[in-house]
Amino acid sequence: MDKILQVKNLVTGYQGKNTFMKAVDGVSFDIDRGETVCIVGESGSGKSVTSMSIMRLIEYENGKIIEGDIIFNGENIVEKNNYEMRKIRGSKISMIFQEPLTALNPVFTIGRQIVEAIRFHQSVKKKEAYKQAEELIQLVGISDPRTRLKQYPYELSGGMRQRVMIAIALASNPQLLIADEPTTALDVTIEAQILDLLRKLKKEKKMSIMLITHDIGVAAEMADKVIIMYAGKIMEISSAEDFFENPIHPYSRGLLESVPKMTGERGVKLNSISGSIPSLSNVPSGCRFSPRCPFATEQCINQEPVLEKFKDRQVACWNIDNVLRDHLKNQTDSEVFQ
Amino acid sequence: MNPPLLKIENLKKHFVIKNGNSFVANNKKAVKAIDDVSLEIFQGETLGLVGESGCGKSTLGKNILRLQEPTEGQVFFKDKDILKYNNRELRRLRKEMQIIYQDPFGSLNPRFTIGEIIGEMYEIHKTDREIDKLSEIKKMLELVGLDSERYNSYPHELSGGQRQRVGIARALALNPDFVVADEPVSALDVSVQSQIINLLMDLKKDLGLTMLFIAHGLNVVRHISDRVGVMYLGRIVEISETDKIFDTPAHPYTAALLSTVPDVNASLRKERIVLKGEVPSPANPPSGCHFRTRCPLATEKCQLEVPKMQEIRKGHYVSCHFPLKANQSLKDVVSNL
Repeated sequence: MDKILQVKNLVTGYQGKNTFMKAVDGVSFDIDRGETVCIVGESGSGKSVTSMSIMRLIEYENGKIIEGDIIFNGENIVEKNNYEMRKIRGSKISMIFQEPLTALNPVFTIGRQIVEAIRFHQSVKKKEAYKQAEELIQLVGISDPRTRLKQYPYELSGGMRQRVMIAIALASNPQLLIADEPTTALDVTIEAQILDLLRKLKKEKKMSIMLITHDIGVAAEMADKVIIMYAGKIMEISSAEDFFENPIHPYSRGLLESVPKMTGERGVKLNSISGSIPSLSNVPSGCRFSPRCPFATEQCINQEPVLEKFKDRQVACWNIDNVLRDHLKNQTDSEVFQ
Repeated sequence: MNPPLLKIENLKKHFVIKNGNSFVANNKKAVKAIDDVSLEIFQGETLGLVGESGCGKSTLGKNILRLQEPTEGQVFFKDKDILKYNNRELRRLRKEMQIIYQDPFGSLNPRFTIGEIIGEMYEIHKTDREIDKLSEIKKMLELVGLDSERYNSYPHELSGGQRQRVGIARALALNPDFVVADEPVSALDVSVQSQIINLLMDLKKDLGLTMLFIAHGLNVVRHISDRVGVMYLGRIVEISETDKIFDTPAHPYTAALLSTVPDVNASLRKERIVLKGEVPSPANPPSGCHFRTRCPLATEKCQLEVPKMQEIRKGHYVSCHFPLKANQSLKDVVSNL
């Protein structure tokens, strides 16, 4: 299929006093046209840094891309200068953020902010831009656009603000929409509305979505493809279907098993992953997940696994065979039990 | 069933707000954060309380503990009305009722070691007999799964999950009967969240705790609670045993709420019902049933009359004029309208 974005061996991080801390350490993946890719990971996994690198916004946060290529539509984003980047950012690739209140300017009306986005990328008159803004704001499901455009961000609720953010992101018909935890700050009923909206827009506008989330449930609802990140590395890339049926990497499994489900048995002990996420300054040797992994062997501690093709997916693990055998055993056990 | 440990009757908490224009007389309005809530929490059970932000679930938790003073109503703890307690009696009561907070970063004093944080409990509530404080602290740390030799570390040396364990140790240090857990796992990462859930369930079993578990994560509440109450705009709209709430929700709000939770088993999901609009402002709630503005089943009656709490099935209470029957799904009812 046609690839819209290819990330190749991306290394991004922050310069510390003596050392360079790699927040993203050799990440490669690609996104097809019209595909929704969910990057799932816990805090410190590097999922946001990856998205900020693609937008080349990481430099504004004192970060630096030190290695790798980001190919968007055949052009390497890493080599672009600031001027060229401004033409891509917000026009071909747009982004929505987690906290819409801080992402919107509190002293300008909604209308002015949307119009600014429209006129930055198209040379249209103000009146025409306002008309477009009205259409946009209706597209994202806000009624009474005239009044809304005159309001300030504080006058809107969290869900409305996120809709406005999406309207701004759509102002220039982007080919790729990066959504960084778009529903984390919202209530479930509002979350459902926003996810519905994103699904609808994706279909109508035929754009690709890169959705960053820590909620594996959201990924299950939205994703065509799932990327699991841990401590700056990709652990598993898989189609959503395969992944939720049978995750392979021990971390992926731990993640899925540690979430309480909405159906099935309750009150039982959850299968949790012991220990906690390593800090960037103190990354474990070998496989980063090895100190918390139930399958870890000597090899895992000494040697870092590479992300390798395994059937239709990519997995970075030395012990896939063991993991699968264990899974098979558990399955037959539970069948016997039933 | 066990006798109730805690009984709340017609509890109200109103926050007075000013209307902006101070030249107009009588410019005071009240936000009804808790609007006439009655419930019982039975000895040894975990009551889960769910609802969207601003529905008053945290306020309810604080008012039960008298960390905020309720405007009206009664709270009976062990059959005594604790709203009548004076400060001295209240302090004694605090030993028996404790709270675990959401934010493990904000709720621990950064200038105290974790030993001091837990030890402070013993100092404030001077226990009758002399106790070896250090050994008690170590015992508590072990109880919550921390290395007992870490009593000298400061909160910033610990990870989020470890800090939440300290918060739990502090709440349990005086061996309380009743604990309010206010979103104890919401700020934690998934892999750590499950550790804390397991810990809370173990502790509850071992220590025979009664718990009010406040959370917005429905899957977490489902996992840990014996009974669940659903709140909407200051009122409890439905309360029952966990399985009944999740399998046969009777209030349209509960049904819609359950259908929208993103779940890993997406294939098993029932048809989702996406509610329109947002939660109205509690300063200006709709008349009658608070949920009527978003309810697909609302009629004129809902606008005029506040629905009363009624027992529709054994132990299953709901406040709705048109509760769903056990074999009905909201989707079907809506499509038959």
